[in-house]
Amino acid sequence: MDVLKEDQVLDCSGMLCPMPVVKASKAIKTLEVGQVLKMIATDPGAPPDMEAWSRQTGNELLRSMQENGKFVFYIKRLK
Amino acid sequence: MSKSDPNAPKRLALIASKGTLDWAYPPFILASAAGAMGWEVGVFFTFYGLTLLKPQLTAAVSPLGNPAMPMKMPFGPEGFQNIAWPMPNLLMANVPGFESLATTLMKQTFKNKGVATIEEMRDMCIEMDVRLIGCQMTMDVFGFKREDFIPQAEIGGAATFLEYASDADVQLFI
Repeated sequence: MDVLKEDQVLDCSGMLCPMPVVKASKAIKTLEVGQVLKMIATDPGAPPDMEAWSRQTGNELLRSMQENGKFVFYIKRLK
Repeated sequence: MSKSDPNAPKRLALIASKGTLDWAYPPFILASAAGAMGWEVGVFFTFYGLTLLKPQLTAAVSPLGNPAMPMKMPFGPEGFQNIAWPMPNLLMANVPGFESLATTLMKQTFKNKGVATIEEMRDMCIEMDVRLIGCQMTMDVFGFKREDFIPQAEIGGAATFLEYASDADVQLFI
């Protein structure tokens, strides 16, 4: 896998629904279009929720993976 | 699509009819999640749900008459925390302060697990411009005044909600 470079990191470890999507929506608005947000979460509901959130907001979920027992997402702001 | 404006964002219309701590969560969770997805959101607070618009939230929960509610302890070793304590109705109905104990325990459990408080979620909803509509009829019945509620609340009736909901993609009664 190629290395993705993020412009901002958002750590939502320990937070449950709906905090990860709420925090992500706030954070992505602080980025420029084309920039990438790396989001870390421990909520097992986060992977399907982040997919839905990306589809609904029109931002691109570049990658959704697990790393050191946590869920990691790379989201590119598209609009 | 029955939406009158095809370019409008998706819309969620909720009715929040319950004011206990357990039932206060679903409308605020859904409203804030929808707001986070860029949807337009309106919540109509009616009957006991109306109390969720007060500045100081006093939502409590009772396991009495709530047989599916697990009674768990938010402290101690994991095995202990996982025990669902059986609560006889006679005990719940007769021990003074049982309800406030149950409320404290639920709040602590939610906090330990990383769930935001009702106050925090309501603040997030306000920040995301969620419309919070108090039911005028319930206000009259229970004797609430406009100034009993947070300033961000609007007041409306069934027609207000129905018009809003008729143009919504998702409508739920909670």
